[in-house]
Amino acid sequence: MTQLQYKGTGSANGRTGSRYWRSKSAYLGVMPFLLFSGLFLLYPTWNVVSGAVQDNNGQFSTTVLKEVFNSPIARQAFANSLELSAKTAIVGALLGGLFAWAIATGKPGGVFYKVSVALSSVLAQFGGVMLTFAFLATFGFNGLVSSLAVKFLPNTFLADSTWLYGMTGLSILYTFFQIPLMVLVFLPTLENLKPQWREASDALGGKAYEYWLRVGIPILTPSFVGGALLLFVNSFSAYATANTLINLSDFLTPLEIATALTSETGGSNPAEAKSLSMFMVIVVVIVMSLYALLRRKVSKWEQKR
Amino acid sequence: MKQSLGVRLWRWTIISFVALYLLVPLYAMFDFSTKPFGFADKGRTFRAWTMIPSQPDLLAAISRSLITAAIVMALILFMIVPTAIWVHLKLPGLRRPFELLCLLPLAIPAIVIVVGIAPLYRWISINISESPITLAGVYSMLILPYTYRSLSAALDAVDIHTLAEAATTLGASISRVIFGIIMPTIKTGIVNGSFIAIALVLGEYTISNILNFKTFQVVIAQIGRQNGNVAVAVSLASLLLVIFLLLIIPTKKRQGAVLDVDIA
Repeated sequence: MTQLQYKGTGSANGRTGSRYWRSKSAYLGVMPFLLFSGLFLLYPTWNVVSGAVQDNNGQFSTTVLKEVFNSPIARQAFANSLELSAKTAIVGALLGGLFAWAIATGKPGGVFYKVSVALSSVLAQFGGVMLTFAFLATFGFNGLVSSLAVKFLPNTFLADSTWLYGMTGLSILYTFFQIPLMVLVFLPTLENLKPQWREASDALGGKAYEYWLRVGIPILTPSFVGGALLLFVNSFSAYATANTLINLSDFLTPLEIATALTSETGGSNPAEAKSLSMFMVIVVVIVMSLYALLRRKVSKWEQKR
Repeated sequence: MKQSLGVRLWRWTIISFVALYLLVPLYAMFDFSTKPFGFADKGRTFRAWTMIPSQPDLLAAISRSLITAAIVMALILFMIVPTAIWVHLKLPGLRRPFELLCLLPLAIPAIVIVVGIAPLYRWISINISESPITLAGVYSMLILPYTYRSLSAALDAVDIHTLAEAATTLGASISRVIFGIIMPTIKTGIVNGSFIAIALVLGEYTISNILNFKTFQVVIAQIGRQNGNVAVAVSLASLLLVIFLLLIIPTKKRQGAVLDVDIA
């Protein structure tokens, strides 16, 4: 019976023969995915890239691109975005890196290790609306720390919540999710540092600072810088937190893009949104390429061991 | 090796500083959500917490987000994973282009994708459906890099060519090979991918807010404009739920999911 079916379909040869595995009809297998990603990924990408060099009527023109490039508002927003991303990437990488070191030097597989890793994986994703609420409940009007400050430290900046709704506040909020992300990225590298290297250094008479200067830091640097670049892109692309915390539509480039796209007062301006997006993509592509280069270096080193 | 006093001092300074940074806002959420509001003015109250179920839109948004997550997972299982296996098995020449396509979302921030995809969703809203569930399409693309990383690691670890040839020699059809033979061997990679899918769908705000879809996060923001205490209570509740889910999922599977943000 089975054999009959087997012959009947006549595909036994076709399926197992090596020619079938490489035949042209195999390309049909990727068609559903290609169509789907074409619609939801390639089309929007193309739409932004091509739209950046068109005006709102679909004519080829670099006017909008130039306008955006020369606009003082767009430049200020871009500068703010870069400043915020650089600050939070550096602070986040340092604090996250140090915290990862504190985790790695603890008991491996212990409670502290497990809780820290689990908490990091949750909090690294904890951006947006809920993060804003957490910090409003802490430093905002009537928040935990600010109401304590009103009572005990009435003349410090903590008693007055206005600092929260600007660059300082955003930096502190962004760093909140940057630290755990850095822990997740950097911890595996730290765990790959072999204790034998430290022992070898000690046995040869090296001091602790010499070990870190000559062995530890050179080995960790590519991974650390890579992590910092990832954090940079992470906050450069972030929109939700800034959108829910502050109401300044031109403060950061993502906010400006959203305004250009949805503005109800001035009418939407998709061409401007696309040009702004184009500049963002250029920055992200540069940073991610650097990151890819660094990762390649790290994985090469990890294979050599 | 015994740690020196200096090292221990450093370590605990760092730990307490970061722990304060991360935990004080979380405790503040609890503090804020139990503060009296409205006509009450003293003491502690769980009124904000008891008001969670009666929030308009909230339950509907949660169930829609869960349905969306299920669709994203189905897209991963029945489209992305089979395609990845197919490319590995039959079209080795396409592996590099396929990889580049999967990593593309890393270069395009969500705020940029929304700019490009707005016309498509305008069309979908008019001609197909206005439901936020349609966002599953763009969400499945957003997580593509993470899905791809956990999948390709899993596929490289198993000799799927031998498995496929053995199975076809014994008369298995190609769909049997993909769904019955290879997919079970890369189960962990698939579980990791699905976990990320749920996290992404429940946490996504940028795209749904700009396209005016009422997803979970958008509804929380909306509650926040009416009653801060309830919004904080909802946020803390969902955060606790996620931590709880993380703790009941076996450690080994989870860690892979979490640490696999690595690209290139």
